[in-house]
Amino acid sequence: MREKAALSGARFVLLTGRTIYQGVEKEKGKLSQDYLHSVAICEMDPEDMTVMKIKENSNLRVVTESGSVVVKAVKSMRQPHPGTIFMPYGPWASLVMTSDTDGTGMPSLKGVPATVEAALGEQILDVRALLREYYGRE
Amino acid sequence: MSVVTDVVCPVCGSLCDDLEVFVKNNHVLIVKNACAMGEAKFLGYAEHRVKTPLIRRSNQLVAASLDEAIDRSAAILASAHYPLLYGWSNTSCEAIKKGIELAEEVGGVIDNTTTICHGPSILSIQDVGIASCTLGQLRHRADLVIYWGSNPWSAHPRHIERYTAFSEGRYQDSEWHGYVLKSRATQSQKRLQRAADLVSKTEASEERESAGLPLTQPKKGRKLIVVDVRRTRSAEIADYFLQVEPGKDYELLQALRLLVRYEELEVEAVAGIPVEVLEDLADVLIGCDFGILFFGVGLTMSQGKHRNIDAAISLTRDLNQRTKFLIMPMRGHFNVTGANTVSTWQTGYPYAVDFSQGFPYYNPGETSAIDILNRGEADASLIIASDPVAHFPKQTVQHILKNPLIVIDPLETPTSLMADVVIPSALVGVEVEGTAYRMDHVPLPLKKVVEPPRGLLADEEILEKILQRVRVLKEREA
Repeated sequence: MREKAALSGARFVLLTGRTIYQGVEKEKGKLSQDYLHSVAICEMDPEDMTVMKIKENSNLRVVTESGSVVVKAVKSMRQPHPGTIFMPYGPWASLVMTSDTDGTGMPSLKGVPATVEAALGEQILDVRALLREYYGRE
Repeated sequence: MSVVTDVVCPVCGSLCDDLEVFVKNNHVLIVKNACAMGEAKFLGYAEHRVKTPLIRRSNQLVAASLDEAIDRSAAILASAHYPLLYGWSNTSCEAIKKGIELAEEVGGVIDNTTTICHGPSILSIQDVGIASCTLGQLRHRADLVIYWGSNPWSAHPRHIERYTAFSEGRYQDSEWHGYVLKSRATQSQKRLQRAADLVSKTEASEERESAGLPLTQPKKGRKLIVVDVRRTRSAEIADYFLQVEPGKDYELLQALRLLVRYEELEVEAVAGIPVEVLEDLADVLIGCDFGILFFGVGLTMSQGKHRNIDAAISLTRDLNQRTKFLIMPMRGHFNVTGANTVSTWQTGYPYAVDFSQGFPYYNPGETSAIDILNRGEADASLIIASDPVAHFPKQTVQHILKNPLIVIDPLETPTSLMADVVIPSALVGVEVEGTAYRMDHVPLPLKKVVEPPRGLLADEEILEKILQRVRVLKEREA
C-alpha cells in the first residue's frame, strides 16, 4: 500500500545503469563497504533535490510499484536531467525493478516510474542485512 | 618476478588483449594497460573467494567435500522437472558447451545473461538482420562513431581508445590530441569564468556549455557523437551530444530515418531535440564515408525494447543507401557473445533454450529466465558465473529461492550466500585458460597467469562431474 500511496506524489523516471565505480567495486567484491558506497546511491538533479528538500548524502527512499529501498541521495554530476533519477546496477536497484517483460524476456530496467522521499531516520542496509530483510536467508 | 604478456582481459566485451601481468610467488603484483575494472579484477581476484564447497544445512551454509557437493547438485538436477541453468557469460566457451550438454541431459532451460542485456537486440537481429563488421575495420576506417544508449567510458573504458575515436588507424587518425586540447581549453574557460564571477560578485553562471561544436560546423577528422538520456562521461568527451528524453529513442530513430531519406518533419522537436538539430545530424550521418552506430542497453532496456533496435538497424539500412554505415551492440560481459555463439552452434538458438520436450525449443518471452521465474515454473536452479540475486528483480529472486539453488562461482556473491549448494571454481582468464568471444565475434584465448587455490577446479570440470553423476542417477532410476 505504501508503494501505491507514494506513487501518487511527484513522479520521477528511474534509470539504472553502470558507473565506473560500480564496475570497479564489483570486481573487488560485492560484500565490501566500498561496493555499498558505490552502488547503494541515487543520483538526482540538484534542482530536483532543492525542490524535494533532499540534502546531499542524506538517506532517501526510492519507491516504485514493485517496492521501495533506502539509499543515499547523491547530487548528479551528469546534470541537467530534471525529473530523472539514476541508480547503479546492484542489489538495491533490483529491489525496485519490475519483473514484467511485456513478452520479450527483458524486464524494463530503465524508465521505471518512481517517487522519492527523505528517509532521515532510516538505515541503508548492507548486502547481508538486505538479503535477510527481503529474502529471509543469510 | 615473471611477466605474462598479451593477456586477454576477462571483464567486458571489449576483451582488450594487450595486458601485461607481473607475477611473483603466484600473486599478481602489477597490471599494465588495463582499465580500472581490469586492474581491479587482476589485483583483487584473491579476495572474497569461496575456498571450499558449501552445503546448506539447518539454514546455514557449512563446508562440505567436493564429492558431496557434486552428489547433492546432481540429485537436485536429476529430480527436478524444469530446472533453470542460468549465467554463463563470465565463463569460457568450453564450460558453456558442457553446460548445454547438462541442460539437455536434465531436460531443463539454459539461458545466459543476454536475456536481461541484449536479448531484445538478438530478437531484432533475427527479424531484420544486421550489417556489422570487426572492430579492427572500424579502428582503421570509421570516420563517424556514434554511441547510442551506451556509456563506454564507464562500461567499456578502453573501447574508444582501442577501437574508435582515440585509436590510431591506418586511414583515420586518433582524435586524442584534439580532445586533450579541447579539455584544457574548457578547463581554462571555466577557471576564468569562476574568477570573473568572484570579481563581479555575481552568482556562478548556471548555463552549461554545449558539448563540442554545433552540428552545423562539423569538425574535420573522426567525429564522435553520443546520444543518451543523461550527459554521461562519454557524452563529455564527444564532439556532439544529443540528450534524448527517456523512453523516446524509438521516435528519435524513426525521425532520423525520415530525414536521411530527405523527407520533412512537420513538428518542432522530437524526443526533446529540435528538428533543426536533427536535420544537421542527418547531414553529418549522410556526409560520412564510413559510419558505425554502437548501441547499448539504453535501447534494449527502455520502452520499446526490440522495436528500438529494429529502428536502429533500419536507420543503418537507410544510411547504406547514401553512404557506408554499420551497427554493433556493445556487449557487456566478457564472454556473453561466446555464450550466444556456443549456444547457437550447439542448439540452433542463442539463449533461452528449453530442452524440456527432449529437443531445443526457443521462444523468448516464454522460455527466457525472467518469464519462467515470473510464472513460478522452475523447480530448481543452477547459477554459474552470474549473480541474479543482485541483478534480477525482487519477485524473480523470490521464486529462485523457493526451490533448490546450486551456485558455481569463484567469488562470494549475494547469490552464493543464498545458495543450497556452492561449488567454488577457478577464475577463468586468471587461473585457468579458455576461449572467449569479443563483442564483434572474434574468438580470443584467455590466459592462465597464476595457479588456482588448491582443490578448485575449472567450471568445465565441475560441470563434467555433475553431468556424469546425473547420468548415473538417471540410469539407476531407469
